[in-house]
Amino acid sequence: MAIQISGMVERRGAGLWLTHLAMIAGVLLIFFPIWLAFVASTVTQPEIVRPPMPLWPGDQFVENYTAALLSGVNVPVAVMLGNSLIMAVGIAVGKIIISLLSAFAIVYFRFPARNLFFWLIFLTLMLPVEVRIVPTYEVIAGFGMLNSYSGLIFPLIASATATFLFRQFFLTVPDELVEAARVDGARPMRFFWDIILPMSRTNIAALFVILFIYGWNQYLWPLLITTDPSMNTIVMGIKQMFPSGDDVANWPVIMATSILAMIPPVVVVISMQKLFIRGLVDSEK
Amino acid sequence: MATVTLDNITKRFGRDEVIKGVSLDVADGEFIVIVGPSGCGKSTLLRMVAGLETITSGDLRIGGVRANDREPMDRDIAMVFQNYALYPHMSVAQNMGYGLKIAGLPRAEIAAKVADAARLLQLTELLDRKPRQLSGGQRQRVAMGRAIVRAPSVFLFDEPLSNLDAKLRVQMRLEIRELQAKLGITALYVTHDQVEAMTMADRMIVMNAGRAEQIGTPLDVYERPATLFAAQFIGSPSMNVVNAEGRDGALHLGEAALPNSTGHAGPVKLGLRPEHLRPDPEGPITMQVQLAEPLGANTLLHGRLATGDSFTASLPGVHTAGQGSGALRLSVAAEHMHLFDAHSGARLG
Amino acid sequence: MEKRVTFKGWLLPLCLIAPQVFISAVFFFYPAGQAIWQSLFIPDPFGLSSRFVGLGNFEYLLGDSYYRASFITTAIFSTLVTLAAMIPALFLAVMADRLVKSAGAYRTLLIWPYAVAPAVAGVLWLFMFNTRVGVVAWYLGQLGYDWNHVLNQNEAMGLVVVASAWGRISYNFLFFLAALQAVPRSIIEAAAIDGARFWRRFFTIVLPLLSPTTFFLLVVNIVYAFFETFGVIHTITSGGPQQATTILVYKVFSDGFVGQDLGSSAAQSVILLLVVGLLTVLQFKYIEKRVHY
Repeated sequence: MAIQISGMVERRGAGLWLTHLAMIAGVLLIFFPIWLAFVASTVTQPEIVRPPMPLWPGDQFVENYTAALLSGVNVPVAVMLGNSLIMAVGIAVGKIIISLLSAFAIVYFRFPARNLFFWLIFLTLMLPVEVRIVPTYEVIAGFGMLNSYSGLIFPLIASATATFLFRQFFLTVPDELVEAARVDGARPMRFFWDIILPMSRTNIAALFVILFIYGWNQYLWPLLITTDPSMNTIVMGIKQMFPSGDDVANWPVIMATSILAMIPPVVVVISMQKLFIRGLVDSEK
Repeated sequence: MATVTLDNITKRFGRDEVIKGVSLDVADGEFIVIVGPSGCGKSTLLRMVAGLETITSGDLRIGGVRANDREPMDRDIAMVFQNYALYPHMSVAQNMGYGLKIAGLPRAEIAAKVADAARLLQLTELLDRKPRQLSGGQRQRVAMGRAIVRAPSVFLFDEPLSNLDAKLRVQMRLEIRELQAKLGITALYVTHDQVEAMTMADRMIVMNAGRAEQIGTPLDVYERPATLFAAQFIGSPSMNVVNAEGRDGALHLGEAALPNSTGHAGPVKLGLRPEHLRPDPEGPITMQVQLAEPLGANTLLHGRLATGDSFTASLPGVHTAGQGSGALRLSVAAEHMHLFDAHSGARLG
Repeated sequence: MEKRVTFKGWLLPLCLIAPQVFISAVFFFYPAGQAIWQSLFIPDPFGLSSRFVGLGNFEYLLGDSYYRASFITTAIFSTLVTLAAMIPALFLAVMADRLVKSAGAYRTLLIWPYAVAPAVAGVLWLFMFNTRVGVVAWYLGQLGYDWNHVLNQNEAMGLVVVASAWGRISYNFLFFLAALQAVPRSIIEAAAIDGARFWRRFFTIVLPLLSPTTFFLLVVNIVYAFFETFGVIHTITSGGPQQATTILVYKVFSDGFVGQDLGSSAAQSVILLLVVGLLTVLQFKYIEKRVHY
């Protein structure tokens, strides 16, 4: 029955293969830049600078990646990876914690100025950091937070997307659960720990994926506030590896770094695909 | 175990008065059913006893102590919710033991109490399951179990059976009643189902628009409904109500004349339960039958009186007389005639 | 929407909400307020004092041909990015949706670019089109086309558009595929029985049903093109050649940090703030519409 129905609507025979062919062509086209970067990260500099470069991986994989990780150009890429990791995890965890708490307060309490706070927080939905960079930079500089992890993390936590998402979720939690908990004798924070937090597990995980990628992929902000190469994050550090003037860039190492820069977010996205798609589609709704 | 006293309790949401002064004395171990149509305030009343809604005015006493301002957890009550309100991420055992855990009981003691309650409810096999792995009836039992383990003074049930299918409802009805009798715990039970009210209650409160229309035993309410509303709400199929007039020592409805036992004169409402009507070739009531529903044990006949009022009779056995276009003559015993004031709906006599 | 059942007390919720309010105040409202304040002043060349000029910075900006050019550049850029990111994504999603069983596998492959940072995407595309070593540039040369985005403004624009749209194709693909899979089969089947062929069905039935998703993605992609493509532009063209790829956000950065023209940069921030506000209102309108579905 199911086969009949889908057979009626789905293409069969030649049409099916054409569709597959179109998909494969699309995937290859989309993948080509990544493939080329990978090839470049496994060949020698001379092979690249004498075009056309090969389109199949060479034998310099270990050499190039070792060079990138341990010495890099300005600073070892391993250091930048560490910085990116701290920043991405810091943003994800920090934002999840403050958003869980504030969403809980907004949904489960009536307190003075609640509406005011609500709107203040939701105004922050509107403004990406790119728009307020100069004054935000001055604030961070004033606090002496340049070249620090807190300087990298805090300004990017100040947005209400996660609060909004948790609020939406809390609103779908049945009222009876709160009442049952009250009859069971649970006070607010007990209810938060024992009931709300465990029930939010999948939402928290999905949000973690999205925020991790958001944090990892930041470019402008780390570019501004990390003048010390040892505080560079990998995404912004790549650009710093290009020489100024007419010198020839060290392409194999730069490309190896590019590949290294995309591995963590790609791994996170692929391994948590289901959660991530759910979180994405939910959070943007 | 405790008595519960409601003393002229009211509830106002803004300007809306949803409970307009309800008083009730519940004896220790009594099973009280609060019954009424949706929106009558029955759940609000129960939630005020639970402490989930504040009481606008009046006094609530549980075990003789004023409880208006106590938190739900301090009222020594347990509640079974309509949707069961089981914590979805906790196992059956954790759900049942959560209140005890918060109260700070030692683990071993919690486990023992949960095991006892589980045995009582035949949940022992299911203690490690999550609520989503249970059937509706099993969830219902877990919700009961959660109420039992705390050994409260008062059970509160908020339409606990309305999410179950008909067969299970009958079975759970018996189980709840048996359990409550065995434990001897005072119970307040809210339902919109008059059959549940009839079968389960020691006493019932029939509520309508925020008022208690009648408080009494099921048979009391059935046999001597205090108001027109109570009369029509209790009993299935519901009571026929027709306009009648007391005149010349008899009750007249259209052409027909019935004995007037109360001697009331002027316009009244006459209530006749379908099951109290008997076929009688000499009977004073003539009904034009339009539809017959044979139910096996009895037959429901739907039709109209000469006055135009729609009318239902429930006759024993399979009854085909008068079906189609035929007229059927019926009589009724004087003690089964209920008279109500035409305006206020209060019982006369 | 509000909860019917809440807890009592006001001190606890205030404590719970305090961290977010504090961080928003310090790192959001204060800087945003500063941006508005600074936009009313012109600092002296040494940065020691500043002079109040009212709306002078705005007047100057609106009269500035570079700024107006940047506005037009941004409009062209975001239109192209949105189209280049949405049309291929829709096409791929429609294809994947027809391959019911293998749609998941293609999705896994197509997700990749979403995880790649815009700045890294910029480096990858720069590498392919680099005038000296770029393999695509070289093959174009073999075909007789002399690629040089460093000098040619149109080529520079084309390159940043493609590099910006690349990762977004994945994102749009996910949404389109989810929306397509949510179209009730019975509607498609009814249309098939009515005799509509695939593309006919697509344009008359499926596309209208996708319109909420399409509208949503339109707004989101425009926001992306406006604000999140900084990394692409900074790595590939640095706004050049001759400001051909200087979009508004890039200009805020280059005037503020490179040119040290704080008043002008702040005024530009305020204008962007209004643009975001407008887009957000659009987005919320969309959300409200969704709620009534």
